[in-house]
Amino acid sequence: MKNTALTNVHVALGAKMVPFAGYNMPVQYSGINAEHETVRKAVGVFDVSHMGEFILKGEHALDLIQKVTSNDASKLFDGKVQYSCLPNEQGGIVDDLLVYRIDEKTYMLVVNASNIEKDWNWISKYNDFGVEMKDISDRTSLLAVQGPKAVDALQSLTDVELSGMEYYTFKKGTFAGIDNVLISATGYTGAGGFELYFDNANAEHIWKEIFKAGEPYGIKPIGLGARDTLRLEMGFCLYGNDIDDTTSPLEAGLGWVTKFTKEFVNSDSLQDQKQKGVERKLVGFEMIDRGIPRHDYEITDADENVIGKVTSGTQSPSLQKAIGMGYVKTDFAKEGTEVFIKIRDNKVKAKVVKPPFK
Amino acid sequence: MNFPAELKYTKDHEWVKVEGSEATVGITEFAQRELGDIVYVDINTVGSEVAMEEVFGTVEAVKTVSDLFMPVTGEVTEFNKKLDANPELVNSDPYGEGWMVKIKVSDASQLSSLLSADEYAKQIGV
Repeated sequence: MKNTALTNVHVALGAKMVPFAGYNMPVQYSGINAEHETVRKAVGVFDVSHMGEFILKGEHALDLIQKVTSNDASKLFDGKVQYSCLPNEQGGIVDDLLVYRIDEKTYMLVVNASNIEKDWNWISKYNDFGVEMKDISDRTSLLAVQGPKAVDALQSLTDVELSGMEYYTFKKGTFAGIDNVLISATGYTGAGGFELYFDNANAEHIWKEIFKAGEPYGIKPIGLGARDTLRLEMGFCLYGNDIDDTTSPLEAGLGWVTKFTKEFVNSDSLQDQKQKGVERKLVGFEMIDRGIPRHDYEITDADENVIGKVTSGTQSPSLQKAIGMGYVKTDFAKEGTEVFIKIRDNKVKAKVVKPPFK
Repeated sequence: MNFPAELKYTKDHEWVKVEGSEATVGITEFAQRELGDIVYVDINTVGSEVAMEEVFGTVEAVKTVSDLFMPVTGEVTEFNKKLDANPELVNSDPYGEGWMVKIKVSDASQLSSLLSADEYAKQIGV
């Protein structure tokens, strides 16, 4: 199992460590609910260094990215980030990812830890463009500093004006005395904040400086457990749960990052699917009767006919109710539709709602 | 970790407080720590007899679900209704306010198969 550059720090803080995507990762420190609240109300720090980073460089880097991703990367400009998918040839998704335009000929792709090798092979397969590809995952640390107090907590560490940064933009600058830190106004929590990319060698220093600067704002370390509840409240997809090799981006509600303004892997059949309409859709739902939905529970109609499956579910720490996402037959995807979740042989009432959950 | 000496334990991390033919059952400090924040205790066996080692309910944490097993055969006579609104009592006071059910023991001889605090602590390696 791999460690991040901060594994010892997490262990020293008393984190509960679990194997995740081949990495030894902190799942919680003080407790998921308290950590969740810290991010919603103040500011918290996640070590997400397990994520993968590829640098694509060359005259035709954009051409390769346009070929393998579903969103239109030609809309990017220097310092702009885009959420996108890697569609496969069978209608599913190889991975979801972020695409960073460093400059006209240099891009960074940020992919899920569990898919680093798969994505690398996949993108390489389409690299008929002579693009130079570099996997910098193992030497790159990534901290997500998330929450309404993130700007206040971090501003003293950098000259980059953080409050002025628009969502899904980034800047490279000096941070905590370290040059060339990539500061990205992105995140997976819906709470606002930044993601910081830098070399492993600086990880302990940067971690320490962030906690020093953030102390007056109540900054705390946050584990993967709260990362999951935070993203689920926003309705953000988690690869391996809500999307995978068998789910189409259109079924998953990722039509907004599936742009037919260009040709890409499987674009013809996805366009066909768009015209004909999808047979199932990923929806959000909240429980009306008591029960907590979990991955793989069946979704039924009132007559107990199976109409779909839960892909993610939890008790929402912020909303104090049980929420989930799952695929249902398109007839049942309309907001307000009553559905039932099969929980331990009981059918428990829920209704379809549109995330973010409120 | 705290495992009160006056209680009996199961290998599935329940504790049992025996009072005559009645017993109170909950989960151990070790169990609540492993589960993390508990958000729902789902027990619908009140009034039924449940056999030793069969499931009498389910405890849901934010991330995980775990079954609750009967320490000895008996009728589930009462559920701790406070847990409906405050399931986190299982985390904050697992041996006190976080108790889960009261049971009427059917066969007192089964009680001898339960673990002592020392035996339980040894089993989980603390």
